[in-house]
Amino acid sequence: MQKDIKRLSLILLFAPFALWITLLILLPHIGMVVLSLREKVAPRVYEYGFANYIEFFNEPIYWNTLIRTGSMSLLVTVLALIIGFPIAYYIAKIAGPRLRGALFLLCLIPLWVSDLIRAFGWILLLRETGVISSFLQWLGILSGPIEMLYNDVAVIIGLVYTVILFMIVPLASTLDGMDNSMIEAGYNLGGRGITVLRRIIIPYAMPGIASGCIIVFMLTAGSYLTPILLGGKNSSWFTEQIYDQFITRYNWESGAAFGMLLLAFTSIVVWLGLKLTGQTLANTVTKT
Amino acid sequence: MPDSTAIDLECINISKTFGDVLAVDNVSFDIPSGSFFSILGPSGCGKTTLIRMIAGFEQPDSGEIRIKGASVLNTAPNKRNVKMVFQHLALFPMMNVYENIAYGLRCRGVAKQEIDERVNNVLDRIALPDVGEREIHQLSGGQKQRIAVARCMVLDPDVLLLDEPLGALDLKLREAMKIELKLLQHQFDTTFIYITHDQSEALVMSDQVAIMNQGRFEQVGTPQELYHNPQSAFVAGFVGDSNRWSGTTVESAGEALKVKTDDGLELLAMPSDSGSTDRSQKVSIFIRPEFIQVERTRDESEHTQPGQNRLTGVVDSLLFNGANSRALVRSPTDQLIEADIVLTGGFEDLKPGEDVQLIWSCEQTMCFSV
Repeated sequence: MQKDIKRLSLILLFAPFALWITLLILLPHIGMVVLSLREKVAPRVYEYGFANYIEFFNEPIYWNTLIRTGSMSLLVTVLALIIGFPIAYYIAKIAGPRLRGALFLLCLIPLWVSDLIRAFGWILLLRETGVISSFLQWLGILSGPIEMLYNDVAVIIGLVYTVILFMIVPLASTLDGMDNSMIEAGYNLGGRGITVLRRIIIPYAMPGIASGCIIVFMLTAGSYLTPILLGGKNSSWFTEQIYDQFITRYNWESGAAFGMLLLAFTSIVVWLGLKLTGQTLANTVTKT
Repeated sequence: MPDSTAIDLECINISKTFGDVLAVDNVSFDIPSGSFFSILGPSGCGKTTLIRMIAGFEQPDSGEIRIKGASVLNTAPNKRNVKMVFQHLALFPMMNVYENIAYGLRCRGVAKQEIDERVNNVLDRIALPDVGEREIHQLSGGQKQRIAVARCMVLDPDVLLLDEPLGALDLKLREAMKIELKLLQHQFDTTFIYITHDQSEALVMSDQVAIMNQGRFEQVGTPQELYHNPQSAFVAGFVGDSNRWSGTTVESAGEALKVKTDDGLELLAMPSDSGSTDRSQKVSIFIRPEFIQVERTRDESEHTQPGQNRLTGVVDSLLFNGANSRALVRSPTDQLIEADIVLTGGFEDLKPGEDVQLIWSCEQTMCFSV
């Protein structure tokens, strides 16, 4: 009897999770894989094969876009890390407990506004008739209006802004778990500031750095709104290609193949990153 | 005790406030080379602030700190040759034992071969020659302790600061580590400054102990001096166990004083500070349990010898603790008095409820003006 109750409660607890995994993650992906392996030989006639994937590699514009998306996402990740680390360090180690809460809240506030509105915020600032352009003209630095949208810098600024919170939170929580005396010991034993940072603080924060980078990289590579709105037609983001295949060209087979390729590509980058820094996925999850 | 007169550390009139709180109040002391110096005080007395100022993590508001004769006030913490063993040791978990010890040497830019030599040498000296490749989490509590000391000692510091490093250990290990730390100090022959709130740690290990209270040093002396000749009521009450009464002086009886306690007992006590010799002076008197003799009441006509205190009481309970067993005796004024007794487990042992006499000499009764 007791055993049955235990088993029942386990099943009940496990059911929503299992449903979520199967219905929303496993099934769609299996569907995608199946879809991506079909090729159209005639109207309503399909065969199974790798044609969609081969098409991707034969057309430079496709894999160039993927590589461009990947490298720009890496750049965004690095920038988010460089900007986010001092902020996380300040929140976790220097700010007092009351200020810490306020700072976390400040970081969270942008998330209350939708992606779309935030991107439009940037557009208001950066466009030809926008705030920055008008202000510079008013100061007399510029003689005429200047367009700051629709280039890579705008896309990168917008993306870093959108994802930096996801870097700060895991970093701050790892650094928070670090005993202050560890840093003091680093100085006490003769280390300079840079030595303490390089040999003690960064190695200690490594799990947080890794998990922050994984989240930020995945979010950036898979983001759609920000690159389209801030980069315009020039953004050439890979998600845009996928959208095109599905919606504009109604070519679900090739869209599915692109989706799988994006997943494979980002997974490989993350795996490489973990290998290079000597971290394991389990480690990054448990330590933050 | 070192025979040289060389002074490793001098602190002159150091003060430090945090907001309105005076953490360290005009403290001066100096520590001869090679001695084991303890700062003993209740938590919050300012001892941690004091040690952090010596290490350079806090700046004193006023005063001077000299190491080997040279002022270090303007020296950054990483440039001072003062090393510190932290309360939770602060070993670096991402480095193995070898790297932990080599860290300081690498910061100094010592050649690779010499690092190797010195690390292995120090590991030999702490009797853990083969642990170099182990990770920190694979070490036992006592081993971590020794590695933390070795990590500092490999740098040949002028002074080693220890901030309650035994606090996190369990009792048995703590007892063993006390002896071990003392031996390590002998072996390295370096000045150790040890801060603790545990008096037995301070008394067992130290050459000199400073008793700190509310930011000031109450008394500095050898453990024996502090125990047997405390200079203030705080020291008498803080170091060792004692029975305590407060009362008023009545008259002097030779060298001793007659004191009437607040609960009506008349006791003879020795004035331990100058203020307590006046008449009608409020005083605290202390008597240690080991100086009280417990005897069964046999004959009512027994006479108090001159200079002796004698009380009658009833054994309330026995606190058996091997060689340190105690009796709690209820006095006529309903106070519980602790007295050391011997419990052999035989027929002769005292039992709760027995009538007893407590006898002690006035010379061992300490009296301080309040």
